Amino acid sequence: MSATKVTSPIEENILKNLEAGERVLISGTIYTARDAAHKRMSEALEKGEDLPFDIKGQTIYYVGPTPAKPGQIIGSAGPTTSGRMDKYTPSLLDRGLKGMIGKGYRSQEVIDSMKKNKAVYFAAIGGSGALITRSIKTMEVIAYEDLGPEAIYKLTVEDFPAVVIIDSNGADWYQLGKQQFNDQHTRQ
Amino acid sequence: MKIITYGEIVEQVAKMCQEANFDLGQDVVEAFQNALKTEKSETGKDILEQLIQNADIAKSERVPMCQDTGVSVFIVEIGQECHISGGSIYDAINEGVKKGYEEGYLRHSIVDHPISREKSKGYNTPSIIHIEMITGDEMIIHMSAKGGGSENMSSLKMLKPSDGLEGIKEYILDTVAKAGPNACPPLVVGVGIGGNFERCAYLAKKSLFRPIGHRSERPELAQLENELMEEINKLGIGPQGMGGNTTALDVKIEIEPCHIAALPVAINLNCHASRHKEVRL
Ligand code: SF4
Repeated sequence: MSATKVTSPIEENILKNLEAGERVLISGTIYTARDAAHKRMSEALEKGEDLPFDIKGQTIYYVGPTPAKPGQIIGSAGPTTSGRMDKYTPSLLDRGLKGMIGKGYRSQEVIDSMKKNKAVYFAAIGGSGALITRSIKTMEVIAYEDLGPEAIYKLTVEDFPAVVIIDSNGADWYQLGKQQFNDQHTRQ
Repeated sequence: MKIITYGEIVEQVAKMCQEANFDLGQDVVEAFQNALKTEKSETGKDILEQLIQNADIAKSERVPMCQDTGVSVFIVEIGQECHISGGSIYDAINEGVKKGYEEGYLRHSIVDHPISREKSKGYNTPSIIHIEMITGDEMIIHMSAKGGGSENMSSLKMLKPSDGLEGIKEYILDTVAKAGPNACPPLVVGVGIGGNFERCAYLAKKSLFRPIGHRSERPELAQLENELMEEINKLGIGPQGMGGNTTALDVKIEIEPCHIAALPVAINLNCHASRHKEVRL
């Protein structure tokens, strides 16, 4: 199947043309963060402090990798369930976050905020961490180092495989994909 | 009387933990290959191909197939004529898990306190250990590395006896539909019916230890497993919830007698990373 090549940070004119269901290969810079890092970022914002990196235009990958084996850049690094980050996500979108990579449903609040802020949500294949790791080329810790695998890392990726699940117009592939499939196959 | 030493258990458990995470069982890989032949969605096929490739990489490079290397769940069958020397079996298993996870570069995913979320000091321990006594002098250790994503979408309900078979089916289909992409389909759906509140959850978990493709020995349950497979795969959820007809790789049902007023049903979902190992001592 063909896939669209996308570079992160994603340029606005490219981002707004990405459509739910579209396969993509992401290259460029992405930042990792999961539960604990999101909690800290949100606490920082509540206190009026700055985020540990300039989030404007950036993409966050929800992942908590396994420890790297000697000689590896990063261990297995597949997506974790995005819904756990929903509570913290709208405030990050308001500050310019443009892309998110994870797996699973997002809340209506997140979808609304994505529409308002023109952002896009991708899913990587859950449980394919050994394969995904091959597209990660560099890894550098940039904040909350004490959190270990839950710290914020800056990754350089090359042709990271993902699918657009929710596009900047709020179309949700988890609903549409299922519907489209049922219309084409089971309800004949 | 057979004597099994503490050290032996530690070594075997450590090995199982790594094997479970590196080497996806042949039953699951075959289920992927079979699904690839019947899956109608292009994206679905593509995902199944990537899962096969992922399992190959994990096995040949000895790296975990998924970054969530799970909670280690054990069902240990212990023969009445088997003696464990050198310490407690619970300690031996936990020591084995710690060793296996630490040395295998597997992720430590346990918090000690569910509310304060304080991380546990023992590497990926304590594990969940169920012990069943059997006759004879053998010890059989079944181990599963159970992922959090699918566990979180599992469910238990005390149905009314009048809900009957229809009510049970509806509840199962509804649970799978709600789980959607979150449980990382294609799934293995484990169902426990009967017993009581805690027992049906255990039955559901236990059913997941049966290999994929293995049907219940009770003909009425084997038929129900087949029926549910078909109905779940008609939901259209597909691999990773992106549409398709491979939503479940298998359905497993275990039943037990229960109270005249009760119909407990538990559904334990497992993701495609259905990681199980077994060793006999
Ligand atoms: S649900 Fe299973 S396959 Fe998905 S991320 Fe968790 S352990 Fe891995």
